[in-house]
Amino acid sequence: MKTFATALALTLALAAPRLAEARQITLTTTLKRFGGYSAYVALYLTDPHGHYVRTLWMAGGRPWFYRHMEGWMRASHGDMNGLDGITGASVGEGRTLTVHADIADALINAGYSIHVDAVSEGMMDSPAEVHMPLTTADSGKTVRGRAYVASFDFKL
Amino acid sequence: MLRRLHNVPGLLAAVVLVVMALSGAALSVFPAIEALQAPPTAPALTVAELAQHVATQVPGVTRLARQPSGLVVADYSTDAASGSVRINPRTGAVLGPYRPSALMTWLIGLHRSLLLQRTGRMIAGAAAAAMVLLCLSGAGLMARRMGGWRRIFGRARGTLSQRLHVQIGRAVIFGLMLSALTGVWITLANFQIVPNGLDATAPFPQAVNGGTPAPVGTLAALKAVPVDQLRELLFPTDPSDVFTLTTSAGQGYVDQANGHLLSWLPNGPMRRIYETVYMLHTGQGLWQLGLILGLSALGAPVLAGTGTLLWWRRRRALPRLRHNHGARTADTVILVGSEGNATWGFARTLHDALTAQGLRCHTAAMNSLRSYPQARQMFILAATHGDGAAPASASQFMARLARMRHTPDYPVALLGFGDRSFPQFSQFAHDVAEALDDRRWNAMLPYEAIDRQSPQEFARWGRAVGECLGLALELNHQPQRPRTRRLVLIERIDYGQEVQAPTAILRFAPEGRGRLPRFAAGDLAGILPPGSDLPRFYSLASSVRDGFLEICVKKHPGGACSGFLHSLEPGETVDCFVKPNPGFRPARGRHPVILIGAGTGVGPLAGFIRGNARGRAMHLYFGGRDPSSDFLYADEMEQWLGERRLTTLTTAFSRIRDRAYVQDRVAQDAHHLRKMIQRGAQVMVCGGRDMAEGVVESLEHVLAPLGLSTHALKAEGRYVEDVY
Repeated sequence: MKTFATALALTLALAAPRLAEARQITLTTTLKRFGGYSAYVALYLTDPHGHYVRTLWMAGGRPWFYRHMEGWMRASHGDMNGLDGITGASVGEGRTLTVHADIADALINAGYSIHVDAVSEGMMDSPAEVHMPLTTADSGKTVRGRAYVASFDFKL
Repeated sequence: MLRRLHNVPGLLAAVVLVVMALSGAALSVFPAIEALQAPPTAPALTVAELAQHVATQVPGVTRLARQPSGLVVADYSTDAASGSVRINPRTGAVLGPYRPSALMTWLIGLHRSLLLQRTGRMIAGAAAAAMVLLCLSGAGLMARRMGGWRRIFGRARGTLSQRLHVQIGRAVIFGLMLSALTGVWITLANFQIVPNGLDATAPFPQAVNGGTPAPVGTLAALKAVPVDQLRELLFPTDPSDVFTLTTSAGQGYVDQANGHLLSWLPNGPMRRIYETVYMLHTGQGLWQLGLILGLSALGAPVLAGTGTLLWWRRRRALPRLRHNHGARTADTVILVGSEGNATWGFARTLHDALTAQGLRCHTAAMNSLRSYPQARQMFILAATHGDGAAPASASQFMARLARMRHTPDYPVALLGFGDRSFPQFSQFAHDVAEALDDRRWNAMLPYEAIDRQSPQEFARWGRAVGECLGLALELNHQPQRPRTRRLVLIERIDYGQEVQAPTAILRFAPEGRGRLPRFAAGDLAGILPPGSDLPRFYSLASSVRDGFLEICVKKHPGGACSGFLHSLEPGETVDCFVKPNPGFRPARGRHPVILIGAGTGVGPLAGFIRGNARGRAMHLYFGGRDPSSDFLYADEMEQWLGERRLTTLTTAFSRIRDRAYVQDRVAQDAHHLRKMIQRGAQVMVCGGRDMAEGVVESLEHVLAPLGLSTHALKAEGRYVEDVY
């Protein structure tokens, strides 16, 4: 399997209060051989109430296609703000997307969750492919999605 | 300029366009198949009813989508499984699992990005833009070639590849133009250069009813939408969520408890434009148009092939000029009107001689006439095509001259190239001289014309030019020897000795292991007599399929080439090349052909008859002197009549008791000929000039009662002649 890696350093949005204690996490998403065009993948964060906090990475360049990532769409209400600088190319089947994100220490083990949505044009929408609590216990644990994600893990 | 606008994008994009055209043609079939397979929608069925049916049958349904073909697909997702199923849009019944065609997915990827992702999309978009340019410049070139926009659907002329290019081009241009323009628009939208309105969504409702979800079939907002307006319906994932509804009119949210429409965004104009463009490009939702566009796309590979071939031939035909300056910087302009290439050779000699004297020469076709800001003198070398017509590279000259606003102040020297055996010696150059005179152009030298490409006359003209310019100009023209093949005489049959018209039918085969050049009956064989580089042309009486090259040659007193050919014995060789003569061929189709020829003029006509294996009606009028002496092809004619290759044979002989000329037979047969011409017959005349004039005169009487003339038939390509 070929590895498709995107490396990037993320900075927190200027609007967010600068937190003294932050660390970089690595998110690795490998797609299944689903037999279609390269897929759009959204990685985003929700708070303990299930409310959208922010998008960590958006793979796929055409904004009008984002609404097919239904989980992300419902959570963010289609908020395109803050996607500048964290948007990349869509991901081919069987390929691996690796991204880095800065996360404040205060969010870890505090009920926050990481979500992955994915969709390929002309194929089924699959909201909430993956849902992982942002805890030290879950770091490094691999999970499988329903339609598109073969494996997902994050490392603190 | 127009030609360059056609050539450059054509050559650059040819390969990509062929890939896109073929993949596009293949893709055009899918919407038709899908539309024919999809069960028809029940007009009265609402989205609410359909969704209710699906919700009860498909646990965990997340989404309903109606494709342009009418097929409805439902996505489901439970902890146990996820996938897509096809839904009967009439009944809501599950038809089976849905899987997009892998072939179609691959073809679309190839078509829109050449399987190269973002870079590929850019290349594909640029190729679509090149196609727009090709269509526009192609239409312009076609109008120019056909003699104006009104005649653009007239008869295509020229070689096979030229005809194919014109005929296929005008059949597919509208389809290709539509595909290319919509393709460019989609590319621009994909790169977000023009908005497509697809990213606009209705504002998400701030509050929902929050009550117990009602059965989907009872929701008022969904009951108001018939299924054939549905695009997509997303089911809520939890009690605080809503239905997201997209229809052909817009997008909004529906409360799952009370069925109210909570917010609604109608489609904006950019979205409507984009969706129309997308439908026109893909044929999705308009499969009949899609098939037409697909068929048109199939023309593109043929156009790319013939176009490249034509460009290559034209390029190879142009002589290579050293130190050819641009039109803006040259002090000396040499314009060339040439049909074949001979006149270009003379132009090159002049160009090189003037360049050697330190002049900055610009040598170009007469068709490229424009203003020359630095010019101090101009030379025009003009040949004549056939009986007084403009040669190919000067066909636009008169029109361009008429459009010139200012008469230049520099002097111009005009030299015609012609053949004194024509009654109108160098007629086109003569017309140019009068046109220049009318516009008060300043003549450097009195207009003159030289006969049969005589290097001596050209050198003399060069000395006169030199005197005017104060230069010692020596124009030492060495005609370029055409590339020939050596052929062996395998058979000769002699006729006409007794009537003082010695004529031979000469049949040649390639020498040794050589091959025959490609030719058809009616093309011209150029023969180089020993010691001369100036070819003489004879009409071919056979086609390459016959396996031999045959010509009819009458011996002229003092004729160097005819004397040489008549002296040949079987086994001896000649140097020969073929010049296509596409204007003199039987038109395609099944209409009758009336062949009229006298003397050696029967040669190409015999070639047409010999090739008429399909038994198309061919009527030959043959004129000679005495049937016992110069009845060329007499035995073969008998055989061809028996084989139905020849339908009727009418002869006229001028040195017997009931003397008659072939034009007399035409006049006598007026009734019969009229009937055939009314049925669409084509008239082909080959022979001497006097005979041709007599035939025209007789034919005018035949045609007058029909309200026709040879001129009118000529314009349709139904009267063609090869006269010498």
